[in-house]
Amino acid sequence: MASLGELERAVMDLLWAGQEAATANKLRDLLAQDSAATDGIAGHQGKDLAVTTVLTVLSRLEKKGLVERERGTRPHRYQAVSSRADHTADLMHEALGSAPDREAVLARFIGSVSESEAATLRKLLGKD
Amino acid sequence: MFWTSYFLAVLALVLAWPVPVLLSRAEWPSRAPFMAMVLWQAIALAGGLSMIGAMLAYGLEPIGDNLIAGLRSLAGMVLHNEPTTALGFWHLFALSAAALLSAHLVFTLLLTYVKIERQRRRHRELLALLASPSDDGPGTVVINHDSPVAYCLPGGARSVTVLSDGLMAALEPAELRAVLIHENAHLSQRHDLLLWAFAAWRQALPWFPTTRLAQVAVNSLIEMLADDVALRTESKGTLIKAIAIVASGSASPVEQFIPPATGSNAMSPAGDTWGGTGGTGGTGGADSPRTTATRVSRLLSPKPPLPGALRAMVLAASAMLLAVPTGLLIVPGLLG
Repeated sequence: MASLGELERAVMDLLWAGQEAATANKLRDLLAQDSAATDGIAGHQGKDLAVTTVLTVLSRLEKKGLVERERGTRPHRYQAVSSRADHTADLMHEALGSAPDREAVLARFIGSVSESEAATLRKLLGKD
Repeated sequence: MFWTSYFLAVLALVLAWPVPVLLSRAEWPSRAPFMAMVLWQAIALAGGLSMIGAMLAYGLEPIGDNLIAGLRSLAGMVLHNEPTTALGFWHLFALSAAALLSAHLVFTLLLTYVKIERQRRRHRELLALLASPSDDGPGTVVINHDSPVAYCLPGGARSVTVLSDGLMAALEPAELRAVLIHENAHLSQRHDLLLWAFAAWRQALPWFPTTRLAQVAVNSLIEMLADDVALRTESKGTLIKAIAIVASGSASPVEQFIPPATGSNAMSPAGDTWGGTGGTGGTGGADSPRTTATRVSRLLSPKPPLPGALRAMVLAASAMLLAVPTGLLIVPGLLG
């Protein structure tokens, strides 16, 4: 059986790839297909994977704010809260700080670099 | 006691304003970043100590010849309900202020830690879903993003260095190696602890020039320290090129990055910064424009390292800064 972490990742990959919300049953089937196809680390997981396990993974993801469920329907259908690209952009933003003057990086640098330094840079970057 | 409190108040004032202003303008820190880092820490610690110490010494003056005796009498008043009539209004005010300031500093430090940890845990969770392991060794992952980005996320054994697809595409192997060594230096030298302490210091006393200047200086010094580690194995040219490419956000940065020889300064500002020590929000780990400029200038026109005698002086000054307020507060009590 694959670890919960790996399953979370697999489930998110499916939800990010899919266009519409999916039920836990549907996700279980897709995961089974995937592992049958790749025969990877979790080679025999497909058959053994219980829907309750998928539900556990989904509720963990829901708690992390990554997945939401449509409450109107039975069984519940799940979908990703925001796209993979949005999450990546958030991470990058967080990592780099708000840096409001990021655009000024170069402008300021131009201001502070001397002519000989600029020449060295040009040579280094092979554009002389 | 009276003179002690005056002296400490003056010291606190000097360390809160003129000293950090002078130090932040000085040129030598880029020639001895480690010494400068030690000095900034000494200034912050001595500043806090003399602020609190001055108020304590003033407030306890009527009830003890020295700090320890004074604290003992105060404990008697608080714990055993002894009369407080010896203390005037201003003494009580100073003592309350000292207690509040101490609590404020400790709580801000803890709160900042909790905030940073929470943010890092969240960041790590998302990375586990979004990033894939890289060939560049354990603890390195690649994330799908076009801009060249590199940063590290500290967390003991779970520390991780994150590279973007855009970075891998833009850099030559040697340049990538320089970036990885730089980021690993942040992790192994535990720069996250410095960033945490100085972020908390600024958060606690935002209106003091010293806290802002110290944070800016520390951000820049850790980048220099990490650059110096990368320079041990990689060439200066490789490192500069890596910084230039990352700072400009593309693989051919020259046109926008360097003023043409004709002197026209036309350029299109664009690009990402090369993140520092996994500054997931609040830790301020990302490069500021000034930091990038200082870093590159320092590599382009290297100045000789600070001579040993001057290094020793900086170290001695740092030691004095810590020893003087501590000594003034404690030694009379130990002697008496």
